[in-house]
This record gives sequence, C-alpha cells and structure tokens, in this order.
Amino acid sequence: MMSGVHDMGGLPAGPVDRSEHENSFFEKRVDAMARLLSDQKRRLIRVDELRRGIESLPEYKHLTYYERWLRSVEILLREKGVLKAEEVAARVEEIQNREC
Amino acid sequence: MSHTQTHGHGHPHDPIEDNPDVRPEHLLLEQAMRELLIEKGVFSAADITRQIEDMDAITPAQGSTFVAKYWTDPEFRKAAQKDGKAAAESMGIDMSVAPELVILENTPEVHHVVVCTLCSCYPRAVLGLPPAWYKSVEYRSRCVNDPRGVLKEFGLDLPEDVDIRVADSTADMRYLVVPLQPEGSAGMPEEQLAELVTRDSMIGVSQAKPVG
Amino acid sequence: MSLKLKNGDKVLVRTGNPTGHCRTPAYLRGKTGVVHRKLGKFKNPEQLAYGKSGKPKLILYQVRFEQTAVWPNYGGAPRDTLLVDIFEHWLEAAT
Repeated sequence: MMSGVHDMGGLPAGPVDRSEHENSFFEKRVDAMARLLSDQKRRLIRVDELRRGIESLPEYKHLTYYERWLRSVEILLREKGVLKAEEVAARVEEIQNREC
Repeated sequence: MSHTQTHGHGHPHDPIEDNPDVRPEHLLLEQAMRELLIEKGVFSAADITRQIEDMDAITPAQGSTFVAKYWTDPEFRKAAQKDGKAAAESMGIDMSVAPELVILENTPEVHHVVVCTLCSCYPRAVLGLPPAWYKSVEYRSRCVNDPRGVLKEFGLDLPEDVDIRVADSTADMRYLVVPLQPEGSAGMPEEQLAELVTRDSMIGVSQAKPVG
Repeated sequence: MSLKLKNGDKVLVRTGNPTGHCRTPAYLRGKTGVVHRKLGKFKNPEQLAYGKSGKPKLILYQVRFEQTAVWPNYGGAPRDTLLVDIFEHWLEAAT
C-alpha cells in the first residue's frame, strides 16, 4: 500500500536513540513562530495545514524535526501571501552579507 | 537557496530524525522569516521571547501533579476520566490552546503507551515539549508493531498476560498515561507522590518510580 | 453520514490512498477492530489542511484493534491491542 513519507507506523527501523537533548534556540524559535502564527490572535496557520506542509516536503527524510516545521511554515506563508519567495531570498542574502 | 545540499558528514544510513545539527541554510531562513514577519507587524520580537518563556515554563512536573491528584482524589479522578482537559484546567494548567486531553489509566491488566506515527502529537500543554526520541523515526515506526521490543529498550519488560495497549494519537486527542500507583505509596501526600511520576511513565515507556 | 456506531461494534477501516492529507495511518487500512469509545465531533482535518472550513464536523471514534489482527507476524503477546482515533468516514460496519 502506498503511503506518505510521514506515515511510518510499522515500518522497519532500528533501536530508539533515547539520549536526551535540550531543544536548541533554533528549535525553540521555530516552535514559537509556528505557535504564534496559529494562535487566536493571528490565525494564519492551522495545525492541519502545518502537517500537510510537512508531509509535502520532498526532502522530509533528510530534515530534522524543526527544519520541517520551518519549511512548512514558509510554504504556508507564501501560499497565503504573507511572505514572497523573493523577499525571503533577498533577506537571506542580506543577512549573509551582514554577517561576513 | 538550495534545500538539497548534502549534509556534511556523509553517512551511508538514513540521517537520524532529530539530528540536532541544523543546516546553516535553515538558521538563515528562520532569521529571515522572523525579521520579515516582525517588520510586517505579524508578531514582535517580544512575542517570540514570551512564547519561548511560556513553553519553557511547562515541564512534566505539571503532569506529575495531575497524576498524583488522580491517584488520591476520587472526585478529580472521575472528572478527569470524563474530561481530561477540564480537569487539567481546574488545576490551573493553561489549556486554552490545547486539544482534548484523554486519560489512559493503567491497571494491572492493561499498560498504555502513547505514540504518534503520523507526526508527533504530544500532550505539550501538560508535559511540555516532547523528548527527541518521541519524534524519532525509530519510535514512531516500531512502537505500533513492536511495543514490547521498544519498552524493553526503555528497561520495561512486562508479563505476557498484560495487554500492552498502544495509543496512536492520530487526531484531535492528546493522551496522558496515568501509571499504576507504586506499591507502598498509599497514604503518601500528593507532593511526595508526584515525585514518583516521571515524564516517561506518563508516555507509558516506564512505570512510576518505586517507593524509597 | 448515516453510520452510527456504538461501543463494541465491529468496524472495518476503509482502504484507499487519498492523494491529500489524511489522519488514517496506512497500516490500519483494511483492518478490523471494535469501537472502544466515541470521542465527539471534530472538524474534518482533510479539509482543514487546505484552509477550508472542515465542516460538517465528523464523529471521531477511538477504535481498538487486536495487534495480531493488524500485523500477521506480531511478535508480542496475544492480548496486546492498539487504540487509534479514526474519523467516521474512514469506517464501515463489519460483521
């Protein structure tokens, strides 16, 4: 049966890595961003949309958990016209120059 | 920008789900999006800081208190079985943005363990952010068809006559396991009982701590 | 939806491969379980995922499966079970 890349119940996998790690600032910021965008005040993103965006990522398997969230938020904000691809790309480039 | 750059240390196996080394392109992307959203007035830098602080403030201790009360207070237990979310709210836990909360009470015959095979649904309003392993490919894949193998990795080996009941939280419910109350803990005050209730015991990958 | 199920009713999870977002895991499709409890009515996530209203709301059931009925080679104990939340449009009555 065909299933999405995220739909992994019952697939073969190795032992669980039980090591604990604190969430990084990147992870916390992405989590905060997604939650703010979906809160009662903003209502820009629904959790179901966030999941759909995550599941649609072709490189799902190669991304960490919050990288997926971030990429999904980016897709959804573009869909909704809140952010444009060009302005994001331009800002990324500007930050790189800023930091060099 | 490229989203397909290979990730630095060339492993032959699939990358680990929660590899904490975020690709630099994503650090940049997060910063760019955050700056733009602040400039557009969608949220402020202070909003982000406050959200992080609020999330950091939620720890499994809330869940431990919930469980201790569940063990000791029959009225609360009844209320929590009927509506876990309302019961959590009645203890002062902020459930304003939380989905429904369903309590899975362990008995000598049934041991519950929670997973989300489709994403990583977790009762974060009560327990805080999930541990990395909960979000891992390995846990999400194997918990549903090899729960006994997974539990053994966590050091929990249950007899064959116990029904290991895996709850796959696929929809609008979040699940909190109420572990068996440890032997010899009857009559202990709630605060001491709460100390026996670990995060893992509320996910169902372990038991509550034994007394003493 | 005309399907009304009560606790203990046998149900079959529908098969099929939706092209869009859905919350019924692939490993359960075509499997038989029993209604464990009715959880209430919730907006349809398959619509919410695309920015639609999600209405009409659908009944969400908690369905219990015998592990040995889900996995032909289940290596655990015979009594082990699974509890999964499944929306009504993914279920049909089974005998």
